[in-house]
Amino acid sequence: MAEARNVTRRPAHRNSALKVYFGTPGNTVVTLVCVAILAFAAKAAISWLLINAVFSGTPEDCKAGAGACWPYLAAKLRYMLFGIYPFDEQWRPFMATILFVVAMAISGIPRLWGRPLVVAWAALLPVLFLLMSGGTLGLAHVPTSQWGGLPLSFMLTFVGLICALPLGILLALARLSNLPAIRVLAITFIELVRGVPLISVLFMASVMLPLFMPDGMTFDKLLRAQVAIILFAAAYIAEIVRAGLQALPRGQTEAAQALGLHFWQYTYLITVPQALKTVIPPLVSLFIGFFQDTTLVVIVGLLDFLNTVRTAMRDPNWQGIAVLEGYLFAAVVYFVFSAIMGAYSRYLEKRFRVGHD
Amino acid sequence: MSPIVLLRDQRARELAYQLICVAVVVGCGWYLLSNALANLARQDIATGFNYLGREAGFIISETPIAYEPSDSYGRALLVGLLNTVKVAVLSIVLGTIIGTLVGIARMSSNPLLSRLMLLYVEALRNVPLLLYLFLWYSVIIFTLPSVKQAIALLPGVYVSNSGLVIPAVVWHSGFWSITLAVVLGTAAALGWQAVARRRRIATGSSQAGWPIAVVLFTLPIAVAALLFEINVDFDWPVLGKFRLTGGAHLKPEFVALLLGLTLGTSATVAEIVRSGILAIGRGQREAARALGLPDGLAMRLVILPQALRIIVPPLTNVYVTTFKNSSLAIAIGYPDLVMVSNTIMNQTGQAIEPIALFMLVYLFLSLATSMLMNWYNGHVALKGR
Repeated sequence: MAEARNVTRRPAHRNSALKVYFGTPGNTVVTLVCVAILAFAAKAAISWLLINAVFSGTPEDCKAGAGACWPYLAAKLRYMLFGIYPFDEQWRPFMATILFVVAMAISGIPRLWGRPLVVAWAALLPVLFLLMSGGTLGLAHVPTSQWGGLPLSFMLTFVGLICALPLGILLALARLSNLPAIRVLAITFIELVRGVPLISVLFMASVMLPLFMPDGMTFDKLLRAQVAIILFAAAYIAEIVRAGLQALPRGQTEAAQALGLHFWQYTYLITVPQALKTVIPPLVSLFIGFFQDTTLVVIVGLLDFLNTVRTAMRDPNWQGIAVLEGYLFAAVVYFVFSAIMGAYSRYLEKRFRVGHD
Repeated sequence: MSPIVLLRDQRARELAYQLICVAVVVGCGWYLLSNALANLARQDIATGFNYLGREAGFIISETPIAYEPSDSYGRALLVGLLNTVKVAVLSIVLGTIIGTLVGIARMSSNPLLSRLMLLYVEALRNVPLLLYLFLWYSVIIFTLPSVKQAIALLPGVYVSNSGLVIPAVVWHSGFWSITLAVVLGTAAALGWQAVARRRRIATGSSQAGWPIAVVLFTLPIAVAALLFEINVDFDWPVLGKFRLTGGAHLKPEFVALLLGLTLGTSATVAEIVRSGILAIGRGQREAARALGLPDGLAMRLVILPQALRIIVPPLTNVYVTTFKNSSLAIAIGYPDLVMVSNTIMNQTGQAIEPIALFMLVYLFLSLATSMLMNWYNGHVALKGR
């Protein structure tokens, strides 16, 4: 199979470069139009980012210049990354972000997948929470209302998906259950959540939930958004895991039953591990989607990365001066993280395809 | 029977599990509901949907149907819903057209074109939609010139920091007769094409397909134009010294949302179209060529009909997602269903009913879109296998 693929690809490379770009009149036009677009974009980008840009100085200098305002990024970088977290304590969210990224990178190595990794994550999350929240070990207490920026975005995404995964697996099992009441409950929840936008679930969590709590009981705003994201993600994960469970040959379950394993035993030992392995690529795609979707917490007023970038522009010193720089910086950050995860997802797909051949 | 024996009976155990599950769900629901009723009573907030009939009293910046602040909350919600449908349907149509072109261009043998399209798709898919909405909105508001120096993109199309102005068509009379004629003409042309195709398949002799179809399409329009008085004006925008006059004015919020949704949809559609076409084996293309079909015909008659079967199901999801994503309108202030509901929540203090209402609407829209697309999918799916 691999050989056949190579053979079919060859001819394109064998063509001379000239023929690829200028083979037919139509192709020549396409090439020229593409070159024109690229040249125009490159010229605009270079003149805005470099030639006309202001590299150092005050807001007034930026106001006078026609290009990008780099001093703005320098001045507001800390705020954009960490929000209103106390300035002297910002090494803590910084460390938390680094830990998150390192832990994610390690978890990405397929050879390490297994129960120890799950245990390690379960241990890491309280440590991260302690680091951010403080109150013990000589760390000053920082309430969640002051958390913000990139660490908050990471937290909403990763904690959300890590907690949603077991819930999603349970929902998938419930949906495939042969107990009608449980199946109907699971289907209702999954279809209801998947049929409405994330915004409405966030609205429910931020506006409706307080009404449903007994008098005097209040929930942390951040926790409410986090719960909304977990419930929302669980419904989507459930559908992915269900596909994996249904793709499993029936023989696996039947063999397990023949060995005398009962439901929870073969679910935990046989079916779910195999199903999860086949659905890892779509799960990673879901991760990327949710990393971007957590920006919606802007609408219920949480200071995630996009919102710190947005509110940074309201600084009276800089108001109306750097209007695009912040968004473009945020776009680059989101692009880099999403593109890395996307490349990782393609790597996994390739690896699993080879495994099946 | 003793409880121990019951526990060993599988039927009894299954029943017990289900009863426990239902009891827990009902119990939680009852607990939350009673809390909510107590809270509402204490805070003196009304319940029920009586508010729908009361006077809204707020202004909506974009109204596809007549609306005054003195109209009811119900009518305000209808305006919001129409705004949602307007922006979502437009971006679905535009996004599908652009996405299909980009998807095909992605497979071009010209590396420059295919790489450029890859860049387009990646740039759109790896950055959150909400960020793009803020970005486009800022670009329109802060970087475009004022109306006085509006830029002419095309003749009659002006952009400025107050949005987009395009030529408008004003029907003084004859709108419905022309619309009816166009519908009739389209139906007749499509019907003839189907008949010609069936005859060609049955008899093997080729039929005069499209010339007759064109005649069938134009005939009703010509008849309508002759029989009824058609009075139509093109309202062409004119750039005066201080402002633009004439034309239709699209507000910056609408333009930013339409742009963001369209581009986002197009990137996903492009990937779906590309993978759908790539999934059709090389053998199909080679066989079509061996039969003497030119590339264009091979695409239209052999590749696309097969690719559509693969493309349609994921396309359904994209359309449903676009509908749901249009709710991000609230972030830049386009008065869609969610934003109008939010205003109502703030005014009446009733949170549960407006949220439940717009969730129901989205559920219905999602289900309606999937049902429509499922019907179409059944139409193009392989038959008799």
